[in-house]
Amino acid sequence: MATLLEVDNLQTQFLTSAGIVKAVDGISYDVEEGETVAIVGESGCGKSVGALSIMRLIPWPPGRIIGGAVRFQGKDLVKLSDAEMRHVRGKEIGMVFQEPMTSLNPVLTIGLQITETVRHHLGVTQEEADKRAIELLGLVGISEPERRLKQYPHHLSGGMRQRVMIALALSCEPKLIIADEPTTALDVTIQAQILELMKGLTRRLGVALIVITHNLGVVARYADRVNVMYAGKIVERGRAHDIYHRPSHPYTLALLKSVPRMDQPRKAKLDPVEGQPPDLTRLDEGCSFRPRCRFKVEHCEREFPPLNSVAPGHVAACFETARVVRLEKVAS
Amino acid sequence: MSAVPAQSFAAPHAGDILLSVRGLKMHFPVYEGALFRKVIGYVKAVDGVDFDIRRGETLGLVGESGCGKTTTGRCILQLERPSAGQILFNGRNLADLDRNQLRGIRRHIQVIFQDPYSSLNPRMKIGDIIGEPMKVHGTEPDAAKRDRRVRELLHTVGLNPRFADRYPHEMSGGQRQRVGIARALSLQPEFIVCDEAISALDVSIQAQIINLLEDLRDQFNLTYLFIAHDLSVVRHLCHRVAVMYLGRVVELAECDELFDNPMHPYTRALLNAVPIPDPEVEASRPHQVIQGEVPSPINPPSGCVFHPRCTLAVEGCKKAVPGLRELRRGHWVACTEV
Repeated sequence: MATLLEVDNLQTQFLTSAGIVKAVDGISYDVEEGETVAIVGESGCGKSVGALSIMRLIPWPPGRIIGGAVRFQGKDLVKLSDAEMRHVRGKEIGMVFQEPMTSLNPVLTIGLQITETVRHHLGVTQEEADKRAIELLGLVGISEPERRLKQYPHHLSGGMRQRVMIALALSCEPKLIIADEPTTALDVTIQAQILELMKGLTRRLGVALIVITHNLGVVARYADRVNVMYAGKIVERGRAHDIYHRPSHPYTLALLKSVPRMDQPRKAKLDPVEGQPPDLTRLDEGCSFRPRCRFKVEHCEREFPPLNSVAPGHVAACFETARVVRLEKVAS
Repeated sequence: MSAVPAQSFAAPHAGDILLSVRGLKMHFPVYEGALFRKVIGYVKAVDGVDFDIRRGETLGLVGESGCGKTTTGRCILQLERPSAGQILFNGRNLADLDRNQLRGIRRHIQVIFQDPYSSLNPRMKIGDIIGEPMKVHGTEPDAAKRDRRVRELLHTVGLNPRFADRYPHEMSGGQRQRVGIARALSLQPEFIVCDEAISALDVSIQAQIINLLEDLRDQFNLTYLFIAHDLSVVRHLCHRVAVMYLGRVVELAECDELFDNPMHPYTRALLNAVPIPDPEVEASRPHQVIQGEVPSPINPPSGCVFHPRCTLAVEGCKKAVPGLRELRRGHWVACTEV
C-alpha cells in the first residue's frame, strides 16, 4: 500500500492571554491508501486541532501552524496558497464534523448544499449535480432522496444530518475523509448505524479515513491503526490489536483500565487515572504525563521521551515501556 | 395519605421501599399560533412509567435521547408537575403535599446534574454554592458552623477545603462535578437523582467520579436513581436497571440478569450496539444494526411503541400496548413475543 498522507512534525500553537498553548506539539503519523487510522485522546489533547491543521482550518488569530509538513499525494499542504487549498478541501479531502446541526447551513436546502460542492469542484451542470446528489443520498441510506433534496437541515434528525454530512464528504470522490468525533453527538443505536455506514462505504470506495474520537470502543471496532495523543503529542502508535492487547505507554494502559467493560465480569472498583490533565501553557521539558504516572522515574523530569519501538510497527513515548508491558502481562 | 401500590416492581430481596413510581405520565402541550395560541397536540415524554426503588439500592434508568428518562427524574424531583400518576416517597404521595410539606421532603431528594459548567452559578464562590442549600433549608443557620461543614464536605468529595474560596471557572470539569456532588450531599439526603452525572466528563475523570459515587453510597447509605445512556457504566454501578423507550419502561431487572439475559428486542439491540474496547472481541461479534430511528413522541406508533423497528413484531403488536410482565423472578418485560 502506498502512503497517502504523511504528517511530519506538525506544530500548531494558540496565542492566549494565559500564554502560548502548544495544542499540537510536533506530531508525526501517516495514513496509507484505503486505511482507517484513529486518533484517540481526551478533551484538549490536540486531536481535533491536529485534524483541522491538516485542512488548514485554524483561524489566525489566535491559532497558527508554526512548523512541520503535511504531505498529501506529493504536495505539502502547509505550503499551498489559500486558493490552492480550497481545491483540496472538500474535493481531495472530505470532512465530517461532530455536530451535524452546526456544520450544515440551516437556511439552505440539503440539495443546494450538496450540489454547490459538486458544481464548484467538478464543474458540472446543475442537472448533473442534482443527479449526483440523489445518488449520494441513496448511497448513505436516505430514503426518498428526491424529496430530501428540497428539505432543510432542521427537517432531519441528528442521524440523518450526519448521513448528509457523509454524503457531502463523499461527493467529489475524495481519497481521504477526516471524521472528527462523527458519532459523539448521536445515540448508541444511531452511532452503530453511522459507523457501519462509514466503514462499509470507505471499504467499498477505497477511501482512507482518519477518525478522531475519545471512545475506545469505536476505535476497537473500526480502526486499523491507532495513535494515542496526550497533551499535544502522540504518545503511542500501533496496530489496533497491539494497542489494546499490549499497551506500552502508561497513559494508554491507564485509559484502557479505567473504563468498565460489558464483556467482562463486574469489578468491585474501577482503576481511574488519578489527577488532572496538564495545563498546556505550563509544560516543561519533561514528560507531560509524569504527574499522573505510576511508572515515573527521575529521568522523566528532564526529557520528553522519544517514540521508541516496542515491536514492529508499534512505538511508545516512554522510558519505562518494558515495565509497563510486564505489568500488563502480570495483570492479564 | 399513605398508600401502598397493589403491584410491586421492587427487587426480590428484602429492604423497605423508599420510592415508588406508578403510572407516571408527563405530557407537554404543543402550541400553534402566536396570538391565539391553541394546543395542537402533546409530546408524550413520559407515558405510563412504573418502578420501585428500595432503600440503599441504585436503579439505573437507561435509554436514548428523548426516551423520557430525564423527564422521569425531573418529575421525581418535583421540577415538573406530572400529568398523571403517583410518586410515593417513603409512602407519601408527593402530589398530595402542600408547599411546606414538600419543602420538608425536598431536603431528602437531591440531584446531581450532567453539565458541571452550567449547573454552578459562575458568580458564587464554591463555599457559598455548597452552603446555600443549608441556608435555604435552615439546617445550619450559623455561618461559622456552615463554613466548617462546607470544608468537611469538600474533603468528603476529595477536594482541598481551600477550594471554598474559589470560583467555578478556576476549576476543571471533574472538580466542578465534585462540587455538584458536595452540594447534593449538604442536606444529608436519603435519595439522589444522578442525571447523566458523568456523561460530560473525560474518560479518565469518569472513573474517578464513579468511584466517588460508590464510596459515598456506602458511606451515607444513599439511594440513587442513576440516569445514563452509557450502558457499561450503568452495569458497573447499578443494582437494577430499567430500560426506557419512547416514554415507557420496556424492561426492568437486576443488573446482571438484564445484561446476561436481555429479553426485550429493544434491550437486545441496545446492548448489541455498544462497542467494546477490544478489537478481537469486536471482530468476533455479530453487528446487527437496528434499523430506523426513534419515532416522534408527539405521534407515537399505536400499540407497542417499538413495533415499527422490531424484528419480532406481529400483527397484535400494532393494537395492544404490552404491559410489564414478570417473566422470571424480578425480571419484568413489556413484550408479548418473548
